[in-house]
Amino acid sequence: MLSEEEKQEIEAQSQHYPTTRALCIEALKIVQEHRGWVSDEGIADVAEALQMAAAELEGVATFYNMIFRKPVGRHVILLCDSVSCWIMGYDRLREHFRARLGIGLGETTADGCFTLLPNVCLGACDHAPAMMIDSTHYQDLDPDRLDEILAKYRMEEIREEKKEKRGPADGNTADP
Amino acid sequence: METPLTRSIAPEKAPPDLAQYEKAGGYAALRKALRMAPGDVTAAVKEANLRGRGGAGFPTAQKWSFVPMGDDAPHPKYFICNADEMEPGTFKDRLLLEGDPHQLIEGMIVSAYAVQADVGYIFLRWAYKLAAQRLEQAIAEAYHRGYLGRNIAGSSYSLELHLHVSAGRYMCGEETALLNALEGKRANPRAKPPYPQVSGLWGKPTVVNNVETLCCVPHIVNKGAAWFKNLSRSGDGGTKLYGVSGRVKKPGLWELPMGTPIREILEEHAGGMRNGYRFRGLLPGGASTDFMIADHLDVAMDFDSMQAAGSRLGTGTMIILDDRTCPVGMLHNLEHFFAQESCGWCTPCWSGLSWVEQILKGLEDGKGEASDLERLQSHARLLSPGHTFCALAPGAAEPLQSGLKYFRDDFDRHIREKRCPWRS
Ligand SMILES: Cc1cc2nc3c(=O)[nH]c(=O)nc-3n(C[C@H](O)[C@H](O)[C@H](O)COP(=O)(O)O)c2cc1C
Ligand code: SF4
Repeated sequence: MLSEEEKQEIEAQSQHYPTTRALCIEALKIVQEHRGWVSDEGIADVAEALQMAAAELEGVATFYNMIFRKPVGRHVILLCDSVSCWIMGYDRLREHFRARLGIGLGETTADGCFTLLPNVCLGACDHAPAMMIDSTHYQDLDPDRLDEILAKYRMEEIREEKKEKRGPADGNTADP
Repeated sequence: METPLTRSIAPEKAPPDLAQYEKAGGYAALRKALRMAPGDVTAAVKEANLRGRGGAGFPTAQKWSFVPMGDDAPHPKYFICNADEMEPGTFKDRLLLEGDPHQLIEGMIVSAYAVQADVGYIFLRWAYKLAAQRLEQAIAEAYHRGYLGRNIAGSSYSLELHLHVSAGRYMCGEETALLNALEGKRANPRAKPPYPQVSGLWGKPTVVNNVETLCCVPHIVNKGAAWFKNLSRSGDGGTKLYGVSGRVKKPGLWELPMGTPIREILEEHAGGMRNGYRFRGLLPGGASTDFMIADHLDVAMDFDSMQAAGSRLGTGTMIILDDRTCPVGMLHNLEHFFAQESCGWCTPCWSGLSWVEQILKGLEDGKGEASDLERLQSHARLLSPGHTFCALAPGAAEPLQSGLKYFRDDFDRHIREKRCPWRS
């Protein structure tokens, strides 16, 4: 079932489209935003809410590459592999990711932190090579820059972990 | 030299808000257009010789003229801005979207008025997050100020405008595939005819124009067709955003007179090749244009001159091939892109392109054979116009056929030496 929040967000989008059918891509994006990816259950939930056949929605979901039908890590790295970035050093960056994170294209690190995906031209060709991590663009990349950027995400992860560990001790005594 | 499209754009700064945009003369074109008959707006655009900046160079006013007008015309009519920019090597619409969103919105309203459209959509690619934010803000401001919604600026004309953020795929930029994407379907292209102007989004009359095309329109209305034509160094009116990427000293994007020669852009604006690199060729307007070589450097970058030289203006953003980059490897990268993005509808495209990709990979891996070149040639013929449903396949054929022609020696070396000479 869609959560209340998901339902409300989909409802809010409906003002932009004259048919319920046209909402389906928005709805998939919303479910992904909340759940990280779109599982079979996610497909079934949206199909039911929009009164579409699940198989048809599946056809739509698999067409668009920013709808993830497989689980992804907490951060998704989209490495541009189009021609300008290829000329300016894409291969070197891909290999650097492999060396640093131990993953190739389409793979997720064992700790679930990063998924690495190739992506078509990000419109930063005059600052190639380029990539996005989640919603943030990075450009003029080289291996050293990659290390700096990855370190920043690692630091954030550690901070989050600490917060979680500290959480209950900070006053959540509801647990028996 | 005038640069109407980019004059208010300061890349590192926030874009002009509505008040600033108005102060610089913004929305005057809209007020003026609303006092003109819709047909007169189209006539001005025709007189200005504005050709579509989405890649094909179709005359904009002619495109609009197919929309049914008058009391019997079906409604709602739709007006769509194609902001899907995903052509490899292309980064021009991004600047206009992020840098001056009100210019695009004004362009859309004026253009929609010309065909009496009721509803507009900006179809934006998902990766342009900053553009999405800025457009949303600008659309809200325009509604608030009465430039969108009912009775625009006190006139009897009304227009609703929505932003749609795509979920990805190069195909979505093809105008009929885009319509399917907006309707919540798989983005396969539609058969033409019927043309979208007659039966488009939800079966209603629909116009699709590129971002840069629409940004020209307010300036034409404001300053007139003669002024617009005078901006150009060729028969096609206006300025053009030209870009250069690859191993040049200063990669970038510049608004210059339409018809500026390649050499001038490459040498004066992009600063020439980086030290230690020599020029070998270029794709003049994105991945789906024919290679050009040193012989072509004096060609003017306008639609007709580029066509006459055996290539296309395309998006006007060129990608430079240097002497330390393998042309076969570059082609492999390009054809991998096209094979991946094929929507799977036509056999010469989905099947042919995966063969092309494999043959090129074989050449790169040292497994090339003399017969490969003939096979690549025959695929290039099958991908050319007339064999497939949309222009993706002919686009893929362009770098392939020209690459085989201009870099034949490099192909031969791969086969003879059984390796890629650029890889150590
Ligand atoms: C595969 C494919 C992708 C395309 N992508 C875009 C795009 O991202 N942006 C765009 O404006 N036109 C794109 N086009 C061209 C559009 O179909 C259409 O011609 C254009 O939007 C019309 O605008 P214009 O008349 O203002 O040039 C694409 C065409 C094809 C075949
Ligand atoms: S040419 Fe290719 S992308 Fe275009 S409709 Fe045919 S299969 Fe699809």
